[in-house]
Amino acid sequence: MSESLSMTTADNGVGESTQAIAPEEPSLIDWKEIWKPLAWIVGGFLLFFFLPVDSGRFTGSVIEALALAKWYAQEHVLLCLVPAFFIAGGVAVFVSQGSVMKYLGAGASKVLSYGVASVSGSVLAVCSCTVLPLFAGIWKRGAGLGPAIAFLYSGPAINVLAIILTARILGPEIGVARAVGAVLFSVVIGLLMHLMFRKEEAAKAAAAMHMPTPEVERPLWQTALLFAAMVGLLVSATWSRPAQAGSLWSAVFAVKWLMAGGFALLLGVLMVRWMRVKVYKLVIAALAVLVPALMLPQYPLLAFSIGLVAFVTLLTTTRGETESWFMASWDFTKQIMPLLLAGVLVAGLLLGRPGAEGLIPSQWISSLVGGNSLWANLFASVVGAFMYFATLTEVPILQGLIGAGMGKGPALALLLAGPALSLPNMLVIRSVLGTKKTVAFVTLVVVMATISGLIFGHFFK
Amino acid sequence: MDIKVLGPGCAKCQQTEKIVKEAIAESGVPATVEKVTDVMEIAGYGVFGTPAVVVDGEVKSVGKIPKKAEVLGWIK
Repeated sequence: MSESLSMTTADNGVGESTQAIAPEEPSLIDWKEIWKPLAWIVGGFLLFFFLPVDSGRFTGSVIEALALAKWYAQEHVLLCLVPAFFIAGGVAVFVSQGSVMKYLGAGASKVLSYGVASVSGSVLAVCSCTVLPLFAGIWKRGAGLGPAIAFLYSGPAINVLAIILTARILGPEIGVARAVGAVLFSVVIGLLMHLMFRKEEAAKAAAAMHMPTPEVERPLWQTALLFAAMVGLLVSATWSRPAQAGSLWSAVFAVKWLMAGGFALLLGVLMVRWMRVKVYKLVIAALAVLVPALMLPQYPLLAFSIGLVAFVTLLTTTRGETESWFMASWDFTKQIMPLLLAGVLVAGLLLGRPGAEGLIPSQWISSLVGGNSLWANLFASVVGAFMYFATLTEVPILQGLIGAGMGKGPALALLLAGPALSLPNMLVIRSVLGTKKTVAFVTLVVVMATISGLIFGHFFK
Repeated sequence: MDIKVLGPGCAKCQQTEKIVKEAIAESGVPATVEKVTDVMEIAGYGVFGTPAVVVDGEVKSVGKIPKKAEVLGWIK
């Protein structure tokens, strides 16, 4: 506006000829706004223009992607993911973060702070966007660089959702190895970082720390019992048929729905006792589950789904903490489900299911990361460190890679280096820590992941 | 009155900012709202958890989305 005003005053004496040229007149086309959607449209056009629908490998891969998504939908969503979302939501609402964080404050004992930092990711880091502020807070205001690094490293690997899904889909041994490895190595990496940069540790500012206050105060044993009921329900519902009959495992398998029902009932009673849920609602919910369970015992998923709906109804029709619980669980669901679906489709398209190939030939995978060589582990660690995995998508991608011939050792190496680090995430960490510390951290993670992959791959073929 | 919403830009932080702005509009109190996204700056306030709300330099809530009634209580 001011520009055109000054132009007219300046042009006053010169006449009309300059106005006709007017090179300063802004263009109507604003490329800054156009190029992004245009690039999407052109990209989509090119994609379909060259879409290799005649290629058998391509169509096969598309079928594989759909089949994998179907397998997830049938086997994992109702019994595993949905309960896991409610457990994670419960952690976010019922576990007091302040009670954990006080062990990571400036005055905390050093030994204890490392221990707490390495496991606290399971209750604190349920949302990825809180990890970095917490990390910066622990470093600058709290226990220092070592515990902060331990927290940063172990957090993504040991959050409840990640452990449940890893153990369920990739097998319990790799799930346990992931959790134990992440906790162990986070302490080692934290200590090493502390020793390397000991001199730079500045005196802590004695400022007040502000801890998040829990939404509800509840004795620890009550919280523990609540989670025990939920985990018990999850474990018994997902109990898979054992290979040989006659063992304790198969005995449990035979009564797994009875056990699941028992845990569900316990959960319901606890909700009535502590969360203001009305008794008559619980009775109606129990009847709604019992009727299909007894009438159509061959379809346990039907009773389970009705149970889920009843549970959500109990949560949402009661005022207070049950609402917070529902909202926290919903936030996770909304955030993670679309990413996971995309991850499953991409993994299926590129890697296929075990026994069937996707777009990438299995030979490539097994020649790069097959077996348990130093090279395979190192390669998996480096790729994992730089690649970005959206929350939990590392699981279907690894499933595809293992099916295509990746060794168990490199798989663990990728799991340990992957979710904790990615190129975008490194840039953010660098803006907090500076280049030197970031390079040291990344190097340590890659080395540690490689070593743990080698060890794991040696014992589990 | 100077209000800061601390948070690196996740959904909960945006929701907090929205609630704070609504509360200000409702109360009619003259106040500025600033969103702080820099991680080190957030840590500088000593808050362990986001989103956090700071009113005139005083930390009012940490790690949760405040209710509008709470915000109204802080600003009046």
